[in-house]
Amino acid sequence: MTDLPPRFHDWFARHGRVPHPHQLALLARATDPALLLIAPTGGGKTLAGFLPSLVELADGTHQGLHTLYISPLKALAADIKRNLRTPIDEMALPIRVEDRTGDTSYTQRRRQRADPPHILLTTPESLALLLSYEDAPRIFAGLQRVVVDEIHALAESKRGDQLMLGLSRLQSLCPGLRRVGLSATVEDPPALARYLACHPAPCQIIAADPGPAPDIAMLETDAPPPWAGGGGRYAIPAILDQVRAHRTTLIFHNTRAQAEIFFRELWLANTDDLPIGIHHGSLAREQRERVEAAMVAGQLRAIVCTGSLDLGIDWGDVDLVVQVGAPKNVKRLVQRIGRANHRYNAPSKALLVPANRFEVVECVAALQAALAGDLDGDPRGPGPRDVLCQHILATAAAGPFDADTLYAEVTSAGAYAALTRADFDACLEFAATGGYALRAYDRYQRLVQRADGQWALRDPRSAKQIRMNLGTIIDADLLKVRMKNSRGGTPLGEVEEHFAASLSPGDTFLIGGRIVRYEGLREMTVEVSPNPDRKPKVAVFGGTKFSTSTQLSARILAMFETGDWSALPRHTADWLDLQRQVSQLPRLDRLLVESFPHDGRAHTCFYGFAGRNAMQTLGLLLTQRMEQAGLGPLGFVATDYAVLIWSLDPVADPGALLAPEGLRDAFDTWLAGNAVMKRTFRAAAIIAGLIDRNTPGRRKSGRQATFSSDILYDTLCKYDPGHLMLDITREEALKGLVDFGRIEEMLARIHQRIDHRQLDRVTPLAAPLLLEVGRVPIAGQGQERLLADAAERLLAEAGLS
Amino acid sequence: MNEIGFDFCGAALSARASGALWWPDRRLLAVSDLHLGKSDRIARRSGAFLPPYETRDTLHRLQAEIDALSPATVLCLGDSFDDLQAAAHLDADDKSQLARLMAGRRWIWAEGNHDPGPVDLGGTHLAELDAPPLVFRHIAQPGARAEVSGHYHPKARVALGRHTIARPCFLMDADRLILPAFGTFTGGLSCGAEPLKSLMRGDARAFLLGATMVALPAAAAL
Repeated sequence: MTDLPPRFHDWFARHGRVPHPHQLALLARATDPALLLIAPTGGGKTLAGFLPSLVELADGTHQGLHTLYISPLKALAADIKRNLRTPIDEMALPIRVEDRTGDTSYTQRRRQRADPPHILLTTPESLALLLSYEDAPRIFAGLQRVVVDEIHALAESKRGDQLMLGLSRLQSLCPGLRRVGLSATVEDPPALARYLACHPAPCQIIAADPGPAPDIAMLETDAPPPWAGGGGRYAIPAILDQVRAHRTTLIFHNTRAQAEIFFRELWLANTDDLPIGIHHGSLAREQRERVEAAMVAGQLRAIVCTGSLDLGIDWGDVDLVVQVGAPKNVKRLVQRIGRANHRYNAPSKALLVPANRFEVVECVAALQAALAGDLDGDPRGPGPRDVLCQHILATAAAGPFDADTLYAEVTSAGAYAALTRADFDACLEFAATGGYALRAYDRYQRLVQRADGQWALRDPRSAKQIRMNLGTIIDADLLKVRMKNSRGGTPLGEVEEHFAASLSPGDTFLIGGRIVRYEGLREMTVEVSPNPDRKPKVAVFGGTKFSTSTQLSARILAMFETGDWSALPRHTADWLDLQRQVSQLPRLDRLLVESFPHDGRAHTCFYGFAGRNAMQTLGLLLTQRMEQAGLGPLGFVATDYAVLIWSLDPVADPGALLAPEGLRDAFDTWLAGNAVMKRTFRAAAIIAGLIDRNTPGRRKSGRQATFSSDILYDTLCKYDPGHLMLDITREEALKGLVDFGRIEEMLARIHQRIDHRQLDRVTPLAAPLLLEVGRVPIAGQGQERLLADAAERLLAEAGLS
Repeated sequence: MNEIGFDFCGAALSARASGALWWPDRRLLAVSDLHLGKSDRIARRSGAFLPPYETRDTLHRLQAEIDALSPATVLCLGDSFDDLQAAAHLDADDKSQLARLMAGRRWIWAEGNHDPGPVDLGGTHLAELDAPPLVFRHIAQPGARAEVSGHYHPKARVALGRHTIARPCFLMDADRLILPAFGTFTGGLSCGAEPLKSLMRGDARAFLLGATMVALPAAAAL
């Protein structure tokens, strides 16, 4: 039990404040092995996390590292360093605080390893790297506390699993280590507490006062939103009015491409020359830092941004958050709203701007859910084994280890508590030899068991390669974009390689709010020149594709069932009425299927409302059956509520395609051969250390020497179907990308009651799907037929036929 | 049968969907860039353990072509092994599989940049094969005529509406024919990229491998 010392008491008093109850609660329980604090943004959450450290370090006797702070964002670490300066300087505390991220200089990082500060602020990736050094025990000697910030965000991805394995390692190096997690509002706090704690130690949950309910509404505009499309261009005049009426407005978009287009349109309409910036993860660091600095200095009235500003960075005086496009899940909406009004007792103010009429319905459903405090989320599965394989390699890079000890350590991480010894041994075997049935690599073995039973790297030089491959973030292959000039040119940001490959010299695209002209590719860098006066071909950033939670989908379907449009604006009510006239609205106990021609192809839309993963799985299964039926499916796109398939020939009998007989078997055979599995395999193979990350320098070499990871996947399926990597791929795909269980539920729900509407044009409800990103192509007879046609036409055009 | 027959410098040839070239008059089967033992070389050089099954997969596919065509001569047109040590490290099963394929026919290893010296596996080692009217060598030479080569692993990218597909291909113009890579662990060089682009004449054709082979003007590929 620790009380607030007088020096701290006086400091709060000097600022005319009293500590928040949850700040004192964390201090009182400072000796607990694990604590989880759930507090809204602006609730003094970070100070609550650090207060026990500041108190313990105040007498200046502690030598070496005392507290490790982990955040998901580099920018957050830098921001916290700034914020910690105030109490430390004002109370003249003898505490050294430093940050360490991928941006920290080499000299600085060297020095930190030799002489660590009292408080080190870092990211999961930098921690993994530190732990992989041979001198890790010395670096972390004396460590008392670890503070994990935004743990709710980390827990949603493999970065969190990597971090928790890292903490299990730290716990062995520093047995008394105490853990604190700081989280925004989440749906299942006890699950997050189990995730944080050193299993099976308990973890107390401390919930701060959530503050007043947010002031949140849909933006009213004179112009109605379009039927389809994203971006919210129609709302620009109304949004500009709001920007004028507030000090600082954050304008969130769901994708980077949308943010770019919107920023350009907003700028063209900005006749008052209000200072407005853009911020997203594809922009060059220099560009982002300029915007961040201007924001801290209070020089910007609005920032158009994406999830890169999502986490609790305390920058400037934001008094309004605008969300353009439907918030795809309620939890994210609530967390974004938390960005406004960082004063604890004022309600957060937010406006939702639906980009099209379907999103109006989604926004209304999200508003109702947010006001009801009804958060959504899926339970996490067991800890992913590709991350474990990487952890085993990283541990070996730090020095020899004992398998029993490492197994005990790993199972102390909540997510891995149920990992069997056999599963662990399979991962160890994979790390050592590749784990193939054909023992081809015994002569090159990566890890060897020494006479004393310890496992060690066969060749110590491989530690360098292991470190280079650390991390769990797998980006699409990105190329840097620079202005073309003799001195190298200003970096502008990054685009995906497949987008760059689609450009011809002279094409224009948007990046960082400017239109640039593609000049060419030089050494894996896209060179561009300024081109202010042409209409851009839009940059297609893969970006993050959020999916609407099933909980929101269910609310929407329920709204359709009631036929009560009173919560909806007039234009949207009209739109739904039109859908009812030309076709019908989806219902809970029936399946609506619409077929119509569009763009020279037959289209069929299945409104299953089973969530994006299930709809994607259904798309893959249906196209497989269409292939068998000779309909020439070419591709599909799935959303949370529907899957849209295009094909050469139209679907006449959707009932036959949906027949449940054999669907389960088809699912199992299909699972092995589809594109989603290959994508999952690539990510898992990189994380597990089967293939190296594509470093840009490496890809410069001859292209014919590199080959696709799809070939590796196919080869494994054919010759070693029991291999660990295939097992991991299947598990990962079933966890996130495919979902057969919900399809079975849906089929049971509709019980073959199918309403098939054959129409001569796109319906109001189907229109938004035509603009969805994430189209999945089908390589089948349809593609063969198209290719044969294209070949004939091209030969004829060239006069060669 | 899934193949494209064509005339090249007076020889009637057939481009097969497997990536092999068949010359029926001479009963000669040519395959290029097998890169046998690639996973072994990668493990040795970089420490990455790729699935070590590419050699048997490549040999299985070669066996299927040999069974279908009963060639009198099999010509491996260079880069048959990923390096000479990979040849020495071949698995015993793969070695006996290769011996079965070689039995009863003429077998030529043309040298490539990856495998410049002879291998201890039987067969004849040649720098190039002169088989009038054609000459076979691993890397295309500037100004050569009636030349069949490999090395570049050509592939073609074609836009089908919004979607683009890429497939390995043969490239042919009046003077040259370039074979796709036959090996399982091989990538490709786009036929629109240098040096392939300037190597081939403007009216070159590409024969794309696939469930149904198709011919395209090479200049139309992306």
